[in-house]
Amino acid sequence: MALGGTPALPAADRGASANPLVEENEKRKRPMSLKRSSKIRLVTALMVCLLPYIGCGSDRSGASRSGGATTIQNKGSDTMVNVAQAWAEEYRTVNRKVNVEVSGGGSGVGIAALIRGTIDIANASREIKEEEIRQARRNTGQEVKAFIAGYDALAVYVNRANPLDEIAIEQLAGIFVEDGHITRWSQLGVRIPGVRDDTIVRVSRQSSSGTYDFFREKVLDKRDFELGSRDMNGSKEVVELVGNALTAIGYSGMGYANSGVKMLRIVEKAGQPGVAPTAETTLNKTYPIARSLNLYVLGDPKGAVKEYIDWILSDAGQQIVEASGYVPLSLRKRQR
Amino acid sequence: MPAYGRAVPGRLRPQRPRWAVLGEHIVELLIRFSGISAILFVLAIFLFVFREALPVLGSENFSLIEFFTSIEWYPTSVNNVRYGTLALIVGTFSVTLLAMVFAVPLGLGGAIFLSEFCGPKLRETLKIVIELLAAIPSVVWGFIGLTVMSRLLVEYTSAPVGVNMLNGSIILALMAVPIIVSIGEDALKAVPDSFREAGQALGATRWQLVYRVLLPAAKNGLLAAVLLGVGRAVGETMAVLMATGHAVTIPHGILDSIRTLTANIAAELGEAPVGSEHYRVLFLTGVLLFTITFLVNLSADLVIRGVRRK
Repeated sequence: MALGGTPALPAADRGASANPLVEENEKRKRPMSLKRSSKIRLVTALMVCLLPYIGCGSDRSGASRSGGATTIQNKGSDTMVNVAQAWAEEYRTVNRKVNVEVSGGGSGVGIAALIRGTIDIANASREIKEEEIRQARRNTGQEVKAFIAGYDALAVYVNRANPLDEIAIEQLAGIFVEDGHITRWSQLGVRIPGVRDDTIVRVSRQSSSGTYDFFREKVLDKRDFELGSRDMNGSKEVVELVGNALTAIGYSGMGYANSGVKMLRIVEKAGQPGVAPTAETTLNKTYPIARSLNLYVLGDPKGAVKEYIDWILSDAGQQIVEASGYVPLSLRKRQR
Repeated sequence: MPAYGRAVPGRLRPQRPRWAVLGEHIVELLIRFSGISAILFVLAIFLFVFREALPVLGSENFSLIEFFTSIEWYPTSVNNVRYGTLALIVGTFSVTLLAMVFAVPLGLGGAIFLSEFCGPKLRETLKIVIELLAAIPSVVWGFIGLTVMSRLLVEYTSAPVGVNMLNGSIILALMAVPIIVSIGEDALKAVPDSFREAGQALGATRWQLVYRVLLPAAKNGLLAAVLLGVGRAVGETMAVLMATGHAVTIPHGILDSIRTLTANIAAELGEAPVGSEHYRVLFLTGVLLFTITFLVNLSADLVIRGVRRK
């Protein structure tokens, strides 16, 4: 009997509790339908609210909006990432409704993102290439527009303990170029105190860097770098490594100097005096390896992006360029 | 008891509602899918990586022989693009090998201590701490390599630069040790106690017991532990990117900077235009890396299987 009864147990159980369950369902029904209709209302309300924004998103004025605040996506050059962040922070106090998101990665990374159309402004410490302009046109149907936001003298750094004060472009190329003949400091007549092995430690940048590109073009005359250099991921890392290594030499933005390193004067042609990287020598173009800091956008900037760029080109933005250690635009080139 | 039988006459077998039966089928299907999904994902990833890499094999600028035998890695050269990964392959293997030189004695020693010499209380504490060690994110390890370790190396060795192969391999060793310890300990634990008892009955000291009885008995499991540690070291990216100095050279000594396959992909894939030759060659190095780790893991697996069969 016990055996026969056991399988029936669940069924009996179900029968006994069937009624309360139904009742409970019944009870639930009313509030649920209420909830559902209020949900629909909420969604409709949201959609109505969002309609203007959806329209705004499709006209490609860039900058995306959410909850009343506009976000500008800004990406690219590691040389410029410090100044770009300073701009973004300061701009919060100028226009609270605009939020600028800044990230680095290298000029190449920024321009690649601009070509894909995923960012609003690309920072680049090199000029955009023809090929990249074509790609952007093909991909997004828009022309790339450029703004110069300041200048940077590409400084050549050595450790503070290094007695060298100036270096010729030719020597610099001899150190960095593929099959270059200069591998030891003694070849330049330099003796670094406290160093036995005076092999030159070359500090370079990863190949997505605009600084890398610029150095290759201006110093190496488009030839390749000798392999075996320490390729750092950021401007700051280059200077830090040079500051920690007695026999190192590296190139980076002039804004990254610290107490462990010194910047060399650059001699353009033999016999000429060396030129130190300063604001003055950058603006009057006597410093041979200076470059512009560029902002690239797709099409003519509109709305928040335009306001932001105008602000960067104004006195307020240019003061930040100077404070970050770069060279601001001359007064007559600024935005009034 | 008989009361139940009477309460529902004619229904001896419980009939479950249809939705419950259906629901069970669906859940069963889902579970089966999650079981198989691992295989699907691995296949899909391999296919994707291979598909992205494949077109470059037909390109005129690219030769597979150069890819494997040349040290010249100039993917963005203006005049003469060259894709040679020999230096990167050597870099990967040399840093892994050196890491294992540190990690194997430390890891196996730790495993032996945990399973044979240490009291239960200390063992539990150590196990928790070792698991914690395994949970430290690789970028934190890289950070330690870049800051703390590099300064120490410059101070105490003749290295001109602190970020080098030695730095990278110490960091990798620290990352691989927890894996080797926990799997190695399992392998030692799997040796039946009768082995230990027999050894002790013959008058062996604890040390003799370890290296005459336990190590030979657990050697497959220990080898598998080491191989999984190797797999971890080969595939590691962030830590080696930050700690090895990222220089494309064949190292002449342990204080030279190197670059690994993984770090190279991480540093360059972001800028390589999608579909370009550079992009495809990077995917090809991905295929190469995939093959290496696959072989390492496969051999670890076969070795473990060897243990089970016994």
